[in-house]
Amino acid sequence: MKALRWHGKEDIRCESVPDPQIEDPRDAIIKVTSCAICGSDLHLYDHFMPGMQKGDIMGHETMGEVVETGSSIKNLKVGDRVVIPFTIICGECEQCRRGNFSVCERTNRNANLAAKAFGHTTAGLFGYTHLTGGYPGGQAEYLRVPYADATHIKVPKGIPDEKLLFLSDIFPTGWQAAVQCDIEPTDTVAIWGAGPVGQMAIRSALLLGAKQVIAIDYVPERLSMAQAGGATTINFKEESVIERLNELTKGKGPEKCIDAVGLEAHVSMKHPDTVLDRAKQAVMLESDRPHVLREMMYVCRPAGVLSVPGVYGGLLDKIPFGAMMNKGLTIRTGQTHVNRWTDDLLRRIEEGQIDPSFVITHTVGLEEGPEMYKKFRDKQDGCIKVVLKPN
Amino acid sequence: MAHHRHTRSRQTRPSGSAETLAQGLGWFSLALGAAELFGARSMARWLGMEGNERLIRAYGAREIATGIGILTQRDPTPWIWGRVAGDALDLATLGNALRDRHSHHDRVAVAFGAVAGVTVLDVVCANALTGQEPQPRRYFDYSDRSGLPRPPQQMRGAARDFEVPRDMRIPDAMRPYKEPQRPGRPQPSM
Repeated sequence: MKALRWHGKEDIRCESVPDPQIEDPRDAIIKVTSCAICGSDLHLYDHFMPGMQKGDIMGHETMGEVVETGSSIKNLKVGDRVVIPFTIICGECEQCRRGNFSVCERTNRNANLAAKAFGHTTAGLFGYTHLTGGYPGGQAEYLRVPYADATHIKVPKGIPDEKLLFLSDIFPTGWQAAVQCDIEPTDTVAIWGAGPVGQMAIRSALLLGAKQVIAIDYVPERLSMAQAGGATTINFKEESVIERLNELTKGKGPEKCIDAVGLEAHVSMKHPDTVLDRAKQAVMLESDRPHVLREMMYVCRPAGVLSVPGVYGGLLDKIPFGAMMNKGLTIRTGQTHVNRWTDDLLRRIEEGQIDPSFVITHTVGLEEGPEMYKKFRDKQDGCIKVVLKPN
Repeated sequence: MAHHRHTRSRQTRPSGSAETLAQGLGWFSLALGAAELFGARSMARWLGMEGNERLIRAYGAREIATGIGILTQRDPTPWIWGRVAGDALDLATLGNALRDRHSHHDRVAVAFGAVAGVTVLDVVCANALTGQEPQPRRYFDYSDRSGLPRPPQQMRGAARDFEVPRDMRIPDAMRPYKEPQRPGRPQPSM
């Protein structure tokens, strides 16, 4: 089959690899009908995430049709249409039973490695670093789904892939980011980053009833899409984020702040801390660039909430924890517990409350994937979200 | 669907061998800068330029600043031209040293040759980067992409039927303040 494979920094290739096989009675194989490139794939593309190996198959936003099931799978059959969550879950461990699926205790086959890095293991993820299991990803013609009896979202036929695909990651991720804020009708929710997750967070915050949603970015296309979703926008290259947020909240700051940027914050001479972060990153004195976290901790209203769906990988410097502590801020983080939200979100899609396909700007074949990685990373050609069609 | 509203020019990240060369020069700047900053005394002694340690350290700081600029900025072109200007300064300083009877002329000549060689690379790189036409950037208007069935203001709160799970609720004490119904101590709303 064809698959997009990682070969190093900025080196993704579409290559032939052996078809996946059932390896465990709980496995299923799906024929991929649609998959997408995620912003967190760019951390691998830019090689800021440790633990990748040459030849790894990329991709964790995938859906398709079941073509084979392992002997113990009772709740899936050949022909079923499924969206595959990016977190691999057993559905049985203590964390899964609590609904904390992204920290499933069993599915990371490199649990020892993860425990060394993070203290304890987290769930296995598709198409990501070997710290999270190194499972082959879904930017391919076929995907082996481990623990498939739990790791799937069954979806009805008759709804286009484009409306359902993002149940795999960005829609529940934006939703969880907003849910973690526990939004009140009087709240201002400020969202840093108007990429795909930021766009979903904007709509989620609006649907959950925020009084005001503010999106912060600099890419004109992202800002126009954010406005379409009801957000007031701040272009951080043209105005001061802190001043503008205080102005929009009568000097009090937003009650709820969402970081939909993560470890690769922009680098700009206007913000000297970002240049220092980049220099330290270049000589391996710091792994991530936490400009957004600093700004959120500083501007958030006392007793407010910070929600962090943006991915961070390691060690961060110069975090204003004094502001965090003295203002009594709450911070909620984590990879998304996808299956915790998908029944509810699927219903909202079916009822027409939201159509997540609004975010798709490019749809191409798998062979064009490597080129689209670059286009997406460099924000060229109006690129906000890429969907790949492998079959 | 997207509308291409207008075109405008914005520099995009250069690609290919010029950028690779620029990255290499960036790292070289950092290494040379660190050597000048922390080894100024030894360097001055080797060249027979004692008394110029401060100047060498200042050049080191300049090299580091340029290196950071090259490695961190999306478009390294102005920083590479900055290196060319710095090279001119280095060559002028070394040229003066060649005329100074106290300096070690043979070593200064070696340093002069090395800087001249790097200057050629810098000029080649700066020219190549400058020669790359900035790709015109089309603007795509996504202002019709709400993903919502009705205007956003009508959709506000449409998902209020959703119950936030207990582990993600904020403490009641942090909910918006409301005036108590009866006189007494102010209480947070519940």
